Amino acid sequence: MKDVKVLGPGCKRCVATAAMVQAEADRLGIPVTIEKVTDYAAIAGYGIAATPGIVVDGRVVHAGGLPKAADLAGWLSAA
Amino acid sequence: MTAATTPPAVCCAPAARPAAPAETRRPLVLAVLAVAVWCIIYWQLEPFSTWAVAQLPVAPGSHLKEALAFFIFDTPKVLMLLGLVVFLMGVVRSFFSPERTRAFLAGRHEGLGNVAAAGLGILTPFCSCSAVPLFVGFVSAGVPLGVTFSFLIASPMINEVALGLLFGLVGWQVAATYLAFGLSVAIVAGWVIGQLRLEGWLEAWVRDLRSSTVDLASRHLSAVDRIEAGLEALRDIFGRVWLWIILGIAAGAFIHGYVPAALLGQIMGSDHWWSVPAAVLIGVPIYSNAAGIIPVVEALLGKGAALGTVLAFMMAVTALSAPEMIILRKVLSPRLLAVFVAIVTIGIVAVGYLLNALFA
Repeated sequence: MKDVKVLGPGCKRCVATAAMVQAEADRLGIPVTIEKVTDYAAIAGYGIAATPGIVVDGRVVHAGGLPKAADLAGWLSAA
Repeated sequence: MTAATTPPAVCCAPAARPAAPAETRRPLVLAVLAVAVWCIIYWQLEPFSTWAVAQLPVAPGSHLKEALAFFIFDTPKVLMLLGLVVFLMGVVRSFFSPERTRAFLAGRHEGLGNVAAAGLGILTPFCSCSAVPLFVGFVSAGVPLGVTFSFLIASPMINEVALGLLFGLVGWQVAATYLAFGLSVAIVAGWVIGQLRLEGWLEAWVRDLRSSTVDLASRHLSAVDRIEAGLEALRDIFGRVWLWIILGIAAGAFIHGYVPAALLGQIMGSDHWWSVPAAVLIGVPIYSNAAGIIPVVEALLGKGAALGTVLAFMMAVTALSAPEMIILRKVLSPRLLAVFVAIVTIGIVAVGYLLNALFA
């Protein structure tokens, strides 16, 4: 089970990012739990300066703008 | 700038995507072709719009005709210019990221740090919904408060949309003037806020937060990736601003067709001491992005309004807005927010007077 956190205050792109993660995980058949982190202090605690950010299993892999599907696949399938 | 091209240094670069040679060259060729087609259409706009306006069943020389001519010529022109500028800047911006900018600015001394922050504010991609994470991310990582403010002031006020459209519609002299004086406001205002030592006026949760900076493993971007970044910027920014632009052009067309030059010259000319502060006070609560305000700037200048007054109005509209204040209130105490607005407003008014005196 991959633990994915989407960091963002709830803007349109953050919602889109969460949907992209879910879609890519479904396509690859990887079980994921997606949690949206909307608290500003918590977001800043991850050390990013642009949203949406993506954290996979505790590691920040992306910050700022929509991710690319190919990158998402790489992050989700990495051990 | 070269940092972006260095190979990923850390452990966890995402797997590189395989790319066939034919596939890599095609987008490049397409991009060049698209720019060529753009140029051809752009050069035909003026004769085409003149012809289109002549077909309209409206009396020549009438107010309505003047307004329609402005609207019909400016709408495709502004949209095309914006498209090209946004695409090119999307490519340039793929070399920058807020995280990289922050790493560069952290621990900088004020002074030079303010200059660097204002300059990077132009180039670093950042949307207003990211303002709070960006502000908190900067301050908690050790970027001085005044330097952070220089970035925050420059970023919405001077951007590719503003400069590109000013350049295309009003001329390079005005664009260069706006760039130079906008940067000055951002640098000086940020420096002053830094000198006042107002860190204690941040909201408590921001003050107490100490975060590490994250080192994102960015994969090496190819030319095709950068073109894709440009197209993504095009889709994103165009989708957000096209309505503002049409509204702005409509306002500009109304001014161009109906507002008497004598009246406007009197109110927004350089004769009265109060015209600059009045323009700024009107501009602060107005929320529009740069793209929407520039057709208005074009029309005002065409009617004999003074350059300093008009540019001060534009700076006030873009740099200070009610929605941004509401967002920033989450991290700034009311006192600090008031100081920020006051210092930026004074800076903009000063620029207005200075330009009116220089270009009188």
